[in-house]
Parts: sequence; structure tokens; C-alpha cells
Amino acid sequence: MSSIPHGNVPAYLNPDSIRRGLSRRKTLDQVFVLVGLILMLACLGILAVLFLDLVIDGSQRFGWDFFTNFPSRRAERAGILGAWVGTSLIMLVTAFCAVPVGVAAAIYLEEYAPKNWFTAIIEINVTNLAGVPSIVYGLLALGLFVYQFGLGQSIAAAGLTLALLILPIVIVATRESIRAVPKSIREAAYGLGATRWEVTKDHVLPYSTGGILTGMILGLSRAIGETAPIITIGALSFIAFLPSSPFTSEFPFISFQWLNDPFTAMPIQMFNWVSRPDQAFQANAAAAGAILLAMTLLMNAVAIWIRYRFRKKINW
Amino acid sequence: MKLWHKLSASVLLTGFAVAAAPQFSHAQSVIKIDGSSTVFPIAEAVAEEFQISKKGKVRVTVGIAGTGGGFKRFCRGETDVSNASRPILKEEMEACAKAGIKYMELPVAFDALTVVVNPKNTWVKSLTPADLKKMWEPAAQGRVTQWNQVRSEWPAEQLMLFGPGADSGTFDYFSEAVNGKAKASRGDYTASEDDNVLVQGVENNKNALGYFGYAYYIAHKDKMRAVPIVNAKGKAVMPSIEAVNDGSYEPLSRPLFIYVRDTAATRADLKEFIEFYLTEGAALAKEVGYVPLPEQAYKVALKHFNDRKLGTVFGGVPEVGVTIDNLLAREGKL
Repeated sequence: MSSIPHGNVPAYLNPDSIRRGLSRRKTLDQVFVLVGLILMLACLGILAVLFLDLVIDGSQRFGWDFFTNFPSRRAERAGILGAWVGTSLIMLVTAFCAVPVGVAAAIYLEEYAPKNWFTAIIEINVTNLAGVPSIVYGLLALGLFVYQFGLGQSIAAAGLTLALLILPIVIVATRESIRAVPKSIREAAYGLGATRWEVTKDHVLPYSTGGILTGMILGLSRAIGETAPIITIGALSFIAFLPSSPFTSEFPFISFQWLNDPFTAMPIQMFNWVSRPDQAFQANAAAAGAILLAMTLLMNAVAIWIRYRFRKKINW
Repeated sequence: MKLWHKLSASVLLTGFAVAAAPQFSHAQSVIKIDGSSTVFPIAEAVAEEFQISKKGKVRVTVGIAGTGGGFKRFCRGETDVSNASRPILKEEMEACAKAGIKYMELPVAFDALTVVVNPKNTWVKSLTPADLKKMWEPAAQGRVTQWNQVRSEWPAEQLMLFGPGADSGTFDYFSEAVNGKAKASRGDYTASEDDNVLVQGVENNKNALGYFGYAYYIAHKDKMRAVPIVNAKGKAVMPSIEAVNDGSYEPLSRPLFIYVRDTAATRADLKEFIEFYLTEGAALAKEVGYVPLPEQAYKVALKHFNDRKLGTVFGGVPEVGVTIDNLLAREGKL
């Protein structure tokens, strides 16, 4: 090293400048870590403050009664039974419609569709649909589901509307996770004579389940807070009975009557309480908000847990 | 995937079955109500008490599509009862007639639109409709921005206006009463469909002036001041139940209605509901911040309902300054 004359070495290879440059780059690295950490904590902090604020404002309302009472003109007697049952049932319909359709569409686009202009147009449209304002879906659903298909102001219509709304999210997320499965896995399977469906079913799908679930939860988390489209299709503000039971005492013990029943949902109940003259209802709205947030977090937690279990099964 | 579906389905269904099972019951008759959000608190209170009195045998649903949105659904035959913060309009009458829907118009309460200012506002003692027009007319947009432009003795302070948005029946009525034409109003004021936003605006700004329903004023009366309105006889009158009753609070008091579809009115459950509405409704309306009609008015309304008197006592044109006596006289002629 020492034998190399200094004069021949370009300035940027000078050990001193390398050392200086290195320490500067390391400092920059540290700075970025710090900035990133601060920004992340700020986001978490805002969420925590928001959540805490709701919990504190609504604290005197939390209790079993709040979950088992119907709305009332008296704030202390009013509860969210109709709202949380309605929201849960709508989410059920949404998930059962959006996920199979969305995943199937994504598999087709990613594994089967020929790469031509037609596929390209479909892809662009799917991505654009994710950005359409939710009220537009509400208006579409009012014309199509409520009147054209004659579903009326029902849980089925609301579930289908929100399914439409989250379909692009599910498709995009599923495609991303399918693309993340290494090409070599597919090629190995094809090499052993598997058909395209066998490759998809036995390899691509199991390995991308984690990502698919993430997309589904992202979609459902968006759907659960949507107010505009379900108000448009005619959710009610006062409803003091539940949809009919999915379980009956007579054969076949399962009934789908609830799909046709009128409903209300958590965001609508909150909206109604927030805009009331009596200040006591503000506490109800805060409590309902905290519960809605908790429902979303719970959904996310379940998804993370399931994803973790699926990850453990992947052995490559 | 499969695991998730099984899990989610079972978690949701059991949760919902466990908590809700006792309340399920078989399909029954449902009374469907939709319409004005102003009338909603009354409808909700009546629906709640009626369901309790029937021990859950009759079901009532109430929506808040707005007066106009409610009539749209009503004239398609989707609802049995329509809440309205103004009488039915010509085009709505035509839509109903086209669909063969006939209806009974029943007044259920009065509302007093209340003009409020901040408690620190010491200069406004009363307002005439002319003052209000100066502030709110479309021509005032961008021009009338200070209090002294309304009356020269008032201070040269910024005039901050708060009012409901253009989709509200309250807005329709106020602009009709003050500016002479429904929906004709200046647009450069702070508008919100949520009246609590207006309440906060007036609470926090010394120079603010706003208007909304009486119920919102009553709920916040320690934080704001209602302004007496000078009526046609030249007397400044504070909004109150008495002033609405004797007709002196005008032109800002307005009747609230329900419209009942005649074919639905033959149903026993709906009949009982309307009877309940017109007998217990007065106390409930008062409880939620509205002005109940005199007993006589409910009796007349009930008689009209039982005699199946169809149609409206208003000509389908917007009207202001209808007092309770005036309304009673008209109802009497139906």
C-alpha cells in the first residue's frame, strides 16, 4: 500500500477523504433512521391520541348495556346493538363476495391472461377503480342493486356495494403477492408436469395467502368505516330490531332472510349522534367511534395472526 | 383462506348469536318512516315509545333522507310515513299523483328557527326581518361584511355568518322567510349540515351570527344568546314555546308534518301508531326540544286521519309565517 505514490491516486481514493466520506455517510444513515423513527412514532402517536380521546370522551358509556341496547332519544339509554350487528353482517356479505371474485380475477390476470392490449386495459381500469370516490359506488349501487335487481334497502345491497368498493383493493393486493412468489417455484412445478391450475392451487396460492389476507383486511378496514355509500342506498337511522336470525328452529335450521332486512351501521349511528342537539350524545358518538376503531384493529390483529401461521408453513 | 373464512364466520356468527339471540323474532309488520332530519328526533321518540308499548310486536324504522329525499321515496311507495319540515311541494304532489299515491297530511309540532349571537355581543338587542335580509340576501354576498353595514349604530366589526347548508329544509325555510325566495341566500357564509358545527362557530366568535332549529339553541342556551325577532306587529319576541303558541314569534316559526300513505293507513298497526303519535306526541315533541301543538290541533288531526281526509291544506307552494291558529283554521276547512 505504502509503495503506491500518493500523487497517482485520484483524490477520491485518498484514505483521509474516504474516511471522512464514510463517516459522513454513516451519519446520514443515522439521521435517516432517526427521522424515520420520529415520523413513524408521530403517526402512531396521532392514532393513540385519537383513540385515547375517544375512549376518555366515551368512558362513561362503555358497558354491557351499550352493546345490547337499541338507539334511544335518551343518551344514557341509547346503545349500538343494531349498529354493530348490522356492520358485522354487512362485512360478512362483503367479504364473501369481494374475496372470491377479487382473488379469482387476480389469479387470472397474473397467471392466465395473455399479455395484450385487452389485458392492459383491464389492468389500468382495475387500478383506476381503486381511486373512485365511494359516493359514486353508492349511486351506482342505488340504481343497480336497490332498484334494478330489486334488493331494496337491505343488508345484501349494502354488502354488495361495499364489496364493489373494495374489489380493486383486493385484486391489486392479491396480484402483488402472487407476483412475489419466485418464478423458480412455478418452473420447478411445470418441470414436473403440473398443469397451470395445479401450480396455482398447490404452490402460488398457498405461498401468497399472507399477502392476499393483508389486501382483504385493508379492503374490509376501508369498508367498515364507509358512510356515504350506505346512506345513499338507504341505511336507516333509527331501527330498534335486529335482522332475522340466521338460525331457525325448523329444518334446514339456517335462514337467509337477514339478507333482505333493513339495517343500520356503526358509522351511521355515530353520524346521527354527532349531529344531535343534546350534548350527552357526543359521549355516545365517542364511545361508538372507539368501538369501531377497536373492531378495525381486531380485524387487523386476526389477519396478522393468521398470516403468521401461514408463513410458518412455507418451507422454502 | 379456508381457515380464515371458517374463523371469521364462526367468530362473527357466534358473537352475534350469543349477544343478540334473545332479541330475534319472526318477520312482522314494519312501519317505514323516512324524511326530514328535523322531524327525526320526534319520530324517533314516538317510534321508541310505541315499540315499548307494543312490547316489540310492531316494528318501526326511521331514516333521515331529508324532506325532499323522503318525499321521493314516499311517492314511489317505499315508505308508509314521510317526515317533512315543510308542506309538500307541487312537483312532489305530481310525482305522488303519477304513482297513484294518496296521503293524509298531519301536523305534529312547531319549530322556531332561532337566530343566535355570541354572549359577548352586546349591541344586538333585536332584529327585524329587514335586518336579516340585509345580512343574508344574495346581493349581500361579498358586500355586507361588517355589522355597521346592517345598522349604522352597530360597531365596525366583521360580520361572521353561520347557517345550514343548501340541502337543509331549515335553509329553504329561512331563505324563503327572510329573502322571499326559497334557497335564495348569500353563499359566502360558513355552512354545515351538522348544526353542532354552527353552534361551535357562534360560541367561539364574538362577531358571529347564526341560525338553526330551536332544539339546538335550548341545548346550548348557556353559551349563546337568542335574538328577539321583530314581528309584523312591531314587537320584538324571543323564541319560546309560548311565543310560538300565541303566534307572536313570526315569521321564523314553522309547522312540521308527517304524511301518511292512505293505503298503509288501513293497516291496524299503522292506525295504532298514528293514534299513539297524535296522543303522546305532544309530550315527546316537547321533550326533544320542539313546540307541541295545542291539544285541539292533535284532535283535529286525529279526526282527519280517522275520516281519511286526503290531500294538503297548502297549495304546493312554499309559505312562511303560518301560525298555529292559522294552521288550525285551515285544517278545520279540510
